[in-house]
Amino acid sequence: MTLTLNPPRLVATDALLQISNVSKSYGAVNAVRDVSATVYPGEVLGIVGESGSGKSTLLRMMNLEEIPDSGTYTLDLPEVSGNLFDLDRFARRMLCAKRIGIVYQNPHLGLLMDHTSSGNVAERLLVAGERRFGELRARAQDALAASEFPLERLDDPPRDLSGGMQQRVQLAKAIALEPALLLLDEPTTGLDVSVQALVLDTLKRLQQERQITMVLVSHDLGVIRTLADRVMVMRRGQVVEAGLVDQIFQDPQHPYTQQLVHAKL
Amino acid sequence: MSLSSLTKPWQPMSYGFLDASAKREIRRKMLKAVAVPGCQMPYASREVPMARGWGTGGLQVSLTLINPKTCVKVIDQGADDSVNAASIRRFLAQVSGAPTTLDTLKANLIQSRHRIPEEKLTAHQTLVLQVPNPEPLRSVQPNMSIARQMHGDADYGRMWLQLYEQIVRSGRVMQGASYPAMVNGRHVMTPSPIPRWDVPKLHMAQHLTILSAGREKRIYAVPPHTRVEPLVFDDVPYRVEDHGDLTCHRSGARGFFMNEIPLPDGSAAHEISDSEYGVKTIRTRDGEAVETGDTWYINGLIEDAT
Ligand SMILES: Nc1ncnc2c1ncn2[C@@H]1O[C@H](COP(=O)(O)OP(=O)(O)OP(=O)(O)O)[C@@H](O)[C@H]1O
Ligand SMILES: [Mg+2]
Repeated sequence: MTLTLNPPRLVATDALLQISNVSKSYGAVNAVRDVSATVYPGEVLGIVGESGSGKSTLLRMMNLEEIPDSGTYTLDLPEVSGNLFDLDRFARRMLCAKRIGIVYQNPHLGLLMDHTSSGNVAERLLVAGERRFGELRARAQDALAASEFPLERLDDPPRDLSGGMQQRVQLAKAIALEPALLLLDEPTTGLDVSVQALVLDTLKRLQQERQITMVLVSHDLGVIRTLADRVMVMRRGQVVEAGLVDQIFQDPQHPYTQQLVHAKL
Repeated sequence: MSLSSLTKPWQPMSYGFLDASAKREIRRKMLKAVAVPGCQMPYASREVPMARGWGTGGLQVSLTLINPKTCVKVIDQGADDSVNAASIRRFLAQVSGAPTTLDTLKANLIQSRHRIPEEKLTAHQTLVLQVPNPEPLRSVQPNMSIARQMHGDADYGRMWLQLYEQIVRSGRVMQGASYPAMVNGRHVMTPSPIPRWDVPKLHMAQHLTILSAGREKRIYAVPPHTRVEPLVFDDVPYRVEDHGDLTCHRSGARGFFMNEIPLPDGSAAHEISDSEYGVKTIRTRDGEAVETGDTWYINGLIEDAT
């Protein structure tokens, strides 16, 4: 008797993001070596790995901030085709501004500390061409509310806000334009545990309500477990193991992953 | 037979102080600037017998454009008789033999600092504006090479953000002079420190405007019939200074840009900032037949140029 296996439903849809065989070195440091990843619409891909394993570098490539030495990157969006690393600076910038949202580990990278919080969010809308003040304000407020930012502090500069609130401003900025892809680089690292839980809750709720496709970098397995569908384990610039979160956490194959999971438990 | 009967009478063979190659360079840069309205063109700002920062940029353009038949007018903050304006006017006349005038209508070439005359300029006139800081992005991007890249990409999000921030924090746009404007739908320029009152005069104007910064070595231009649109949100209209209701205490004219003259009792009187236009108004009032041109503003309101 032959058994025919239907592919799982998830695989039947086209991938939103496909990054293939990317490598990047900084002088002698091979930050990322021959990494490939696929992300399907509505899915959350987690990336774990020790410090210096190339997680942030990979995420910066997905945000088209960093061009690798080799490799290709495609997004399944109507306005683009082909390898996105071949786009010119202007096309890259427009694509990022309109379709990709990012939350950096360090809020200083993502926010203008001396501008108002609402202005930080409005900037995205301005880059996308919104020219009505009333609309800018309303939409900035909506995005901040969606990321559970206290609205009475709408016009305070991020400089004066707590770390958790700064991350919420970054998040509001990232989702203001309903991005096709949301990149999160250690969004909760550096926050105290209770605030961490609140930010995670917000992310989870956003994910459920809007089905945003996310790539989430963290070295915290708990965070990955809470949010991600699939996980990729990186070490020294390479992917050592990838699979469904449950599978990886229950039954890690690679010695490094085993070590990681056991250390956590 | 005398020597003079064998030679031609003396004639100037060169004029305008700058040497031919300097003028040629500036002419080429002006042509480029006209070809890409609002885009800053770098040029090799030459030495002129005046300190940088006193209008050397405008002066070099004027010296390049001038010839012995050009009729020149020079103003500083609207006044023909300020020391700086008078010196530049005298210098231009001296090195070119060009006639000078105070009358906006008679001038072919008008060099100005901080103002555009109230009478409409026409197709046979060129306005040269002195510019201290040509880079509108300076306040949002101190790194000039990145700023150039931003112009290249038409990346003006930060400029708009600056306006957003001003409205949020102060309830209105605080930018007074040098109000940034989009030229021909492509490049944002600073129109030099002219008041907001004067910016609409550049929109779809008949005359050519050349803006030149001597210290910063940049030339840019607004050719005739070019859109110049101040950056404003669709739902927060552009506002010029509230001078429409002020009356000039000397000429009795109303609806023009005024200088404020503080009085000892703490109040203030006003006089027309465009001094020659004020003089014309007074002479007309006193019964003289003075030719006065159409003005951009009528009863304190600008005529729609489009
Ligand atoms: N701009 C850069 N110049 C030089 N080296 C770099 C640069 N960016 C990253 N690297 C190097 O590449 C390697 C990977 O860095 P990356 O920031 O991607 O690690 P990471 O996995 O995000 O680490 P962490 O968990 O500490 O954030 C590191 O060795 C780092 O020093
Ligand atoms: Mg990192």
